[in-house]
Amino acid sequence: MNTEELKSSISAILPSVIYDETGEFLNVNIASEELYPLINELRSNSEFDFDYLFCLTCIDWKDHLMMVYHLLSKTHQHTIVLKAKISNRENAEIETVCNIWRTAELLEREVFDLFGVKFINHPDLRRLFLSDDWNGYPLRKDYVDENMISL
Amino acid sequence: MRGLIEDDYVTEEGEFVINIGPQHPSTHGVLHLKVWLDGETVKKVQPHLGFIHRSIEKMSESLSYRNFIFATSRMDYLAAHINNEACALTVEKGLQLEVPDRAKYIRTILAELTRLQSHLLWWGCTGLDLGAVTPFFYAFREREFIMEIMEETCGARLTQNFMVPGGVMYDIHPNFQKRTKEVLTQIKSKFQEYDNIMTGNVIFENRTKGVGLLSKEDAISYGVTGPTARASGVSCDIRKLIPYSAYDQVQFDEILGTGGDCYARYMIRMHEMKQSVFIIEQLIDNIPEGEFQAKTKNVIKLPKGEFYQRVETPRGELGVFIVSDGAASPYRIKYRSPGFSNLSALPLMAKGGKIGDLVAIMSTIDLVIPDIDR
Repeated sequence: MNTEELKSSISAILPSVIYDETGEFLNVNIASEELYPLINELRSNSEFDFDYLFCLTCIDWKDHLMMVYHLLSKTHQHTIVLKAKISNRENAEIETVCNIWRTAELLEREVFDLFGVKFINHPDLRRLFLSDDWNGYPLRKDYVDENMISL
Repeated sequence: MRGLIEDDYVTEEGEFVINIGPQHPSTHGVLHLKVWLDGETVKKVQPHLGFIHRSIEKMSESLSYRNFIFATSRMDYLAAHINNEACALTVEKGLQLEVPDRAKYIRTILAELTRLQSHLLWWGCTGLDLGAVTPFFYAFREREFIMEIMEETCGARLTQNFMVPGGVMYDIHPNFQKRTKEVLTQIKSKFQEYDNIMTGNVIFENRTKGVGLLSKEDAISYGVTGPTARASGVSCDIRKLIPYSAYDQVQFDEILGTGGDCYARYMIRMHEMKQSVFIIEQLIDNIPEGEFQAKTKNVIKLPKGEFYQRVETPRGELGVFIVSDGAASPYRIKYRSPGFSNLSALPLMAKGGKIGDLVAIMSTIDLVIPDIDR
């Protein structure tokens, strides 16, 4: 599907999405609560068939966190970037996608470790790189560590 | 980093848990695998990461767009050139900068030399892991010539830091073309020797054929890329799908396998070495004259936005995701490293096999631990 077709098909599932086409890919902005029904449809519907999650990460925009999912379809060769806004920084929560793409299991553990986003229904949500008693989430912008040296 | 806590060792009747690593020769670095065993059969594998996590992503947030590139040489140290190239390409994408043809050619040749030396090292280490010592010496004999070319042109053997936004740092050494051609002749004459010593060996075939199966669906779902995925029949060569640098001007084949086992992964890499030689041969005599670096400002500032670049490293797809807020250093950088996703499929591949097979699987996935930990 081309960009216009993707836009109309996604709007048919979830009318409240906001598109952003300034970048290389089509960006689809949603709220974190709306993520799972949409992303499940994007994977299971054969018209979309986004079978390959090639990047999953998080961005700290100071007043909110944003989960970023780069999705690609191996069959149709189309790409979108799904962005889910998490407004609650203190108790950041979002539904897991690791039952849809298995690669998300480790990637979500990484995000949990470094950003402190809790993934609901994740089978094994533990710190990945840091030790269990580590304080804070290092990739957040407000993270301070006494050993950190600014260059 | 967990796993040394006692509750984790609760097992069923007859099962026991052993730790492989973090200091173990077959893990090729500081990787800790916790393995649940029933006799010799692997029931479950759990990787524990973070022993060499240096937080390159956090570090890059305080570095300039020129400096952060050099941190990536320390990620996948066997493909430093290609990591640097990925970062340089992302910055160029943000600046909408056109790179001179000469730089594109030099980049591609160096990237393929990197792939060649990385695969050679992998071939030697696979032999070592599976009980053959000689291939290691054979591989390092040829690899040394490539490292010398790197040293002559880039000034370093492993962490080259040769790619900069706009092109390459210096022009190539006057000996570069002559020596590269010598090395290619040398390596081409040795491929038959490699096959004789390893590929047709009965012990090697028994250790790898039908071991560590990965289906095509699982490979895509686990985000597996590179030779590991191509052995399962997934077409994922970024050099073909989204050509960058000079890959659109050369002819080569994307090698696809069907077996999905250790032997298929082995064969893919053996064929890829020949393809790399073929690519360099097409470029080495045709390096265009001209500038080797486009002009850039002293302080690079990317416009506000998000930039993503995918490249093919010897281990798979490396993605560099830069979020810029218009300042002189990136707001957020994410490296989608190939080793990280490939490792996530290891528990699936190893399950139900023998513990000896685990070593064969690990070596044919070609893990580089700093790439996983970042």
